[in-house]
Amino acid sequence: MTDARRLTRRDWLRLGIAAGPISLATACGWDGGPGLAPKLKAFSRLNDWVGEKIFFSSSRLARQYPVSARTPDQRFPAYSITFNETGAYPAVPDLRSWTLNVGGLVRKTVQLSRADLEALPRLTYTVKHHCVEGWTAIGTWTGVPLSAIAAMADPTADARYLRLDSSDSGYYNGWDLASAMHPQTILAYAYNDRPLGMNHGAPVRLYSPIKLGYKLTKYVTKVTFTRERPGGYWEDRGYPWFGGV
Amino acid sequence: MAEPLARPLVRRYSAVVRLTHWLNAVFLVGMIASGLQIYDAYVHFGPRGTPLPLPNPLDGTPAPHWARLGGWLAGGLNWHFFLAWPFVITGLVYVSFLVLSGEWRSLVFRPRDLRPAVSMQLYYLRLRKEHPEQGKHNALQKAAYTFIVALGVISVLSGFAIYKPVQLGWLTTLFGGYELARYWHFVAVWLFAGFTLLHVLLVLLVDPASLRGMITGWYRGRFPSHD
Repeated sequence: MTDARRLTRRDWLRLGIAAGPISLATACGWDGGPGLAPKLKAFSRLNDWVGEKIFFSSSRLARQYPVSARTPDQRFPAYSITFNETGAYPAVPDLRSWTLNVGGLVRKTVQLSRADLEALPRLTYTVKHHCVEGWTAIGTWTGVPLSAIAAMADPTADARYLRLDSSDSGYYNGWDLASAMHPQTILAYAYNDRPLGMNHGAPVRLYSPIKLGYKLTKYVTKVTFTRERPGGYWEDRGYPWFGGV
Repeated sequence: MAEPLARPLVRRYSAVVRLTHWLNAVFLVGMIASGLQIYDAYVHFGPRGTPLPLPNPLDGTPAPHWARLGGWLAGGLNWHFFLAWPFVITGLVYVSFLVLSGEWRSLVFRPRDLRPAVSMQLYYLRLRKEHPEQGKHNALQKAAYTFIVALGVISVLSGFAIYKPVQLGWLTTLFGGYELARYWHFVAVWLFAGFTLLHVLLVLLVDPASLRGMITGWYRGRFPSHD
């Protein structure tokens, strides 16, 4: 009897030791601290690899929806870093002088005005937007497939990634080549049949239904083909890099 | 009632079951806590503009701060997608062990357990005096342990459905689309929490000896038979 009781007490102690770290971890919304948080972020590269190499298919298309399924314009969330910092969207650029620059590991650097982009073969689809926060919204986007622009610039065999820069307070993104060349990845200049507004990233934003919203750079100014993996505004702050859905 | 000391001391839980049981407890807490942190980023269900009319005790409210793991959305995501690995691996080891060892027979609820489950329920409701005969686990326990494994499977599958709603579109459709899959993933949390509460309560009230059994493997309690 005493034996059993002593064991039980020791057992409770063991349980307590096991419960300790858990309650500590959950207390105060702990992020892992300066020791663990970077390790967790490093671990997420494994999930990036799984997302890119196992789940992703360059030919699988995201479902399209009827126009009637659209989320009302005013309910489709929009934000920008500039808006978060100043309460106003980035200034409207002068479309007469605005250009999109495509360069990096390419055989031919390309400069396109918004009129040039609108003259290229366009793609329009109504798709579901998945935000990392957990909400979804449906919208219609019109633009030029990024693969068509890549064909004009003719990237070299070294090019494995794309870096997209914007005019939005240092916002930028890195994409893997396969996702960027997906048939539904476009440089969009219209939302719900109207020219893109400043809230959605005018004059041109990246759009694709195969990535989370934070990968879809707004206010794009520059597309650079790179050998090294670029970071990203949110990715550098801890968000998963691949962000494919 | 037999004198406690007269009860035989028996080996009850194998090392694999004990290890996976306690690891699962740790990982489950971490999965739920980091999941609640992720939920904090959008505290509703359904698409923007047309919320789903589904019961949600946490609609418009984040989970309490102490219950969250990760500090902010990215921290929650990184914890969740890290812990998901050991959580799933532990579950696979546990289920594989049950299948390979034949232990599943004393745990899986089958149609023939239906009648014993009714008598067990009558006993608990005090409509029946005698404790029904049972093996390692009674029929209601089998129902509960089968349910919780099924819930684990559903929580993992619904997790994948909201992780890759385009690449795994068929799975997402199976759960009724992204918004509903996210909801079922969330409902699983409440069911896990309810199960755990009841599980701990019943262990302490009905068969406290099984707690020692789940830790050391040795059991000296009311239900020594091993079927």
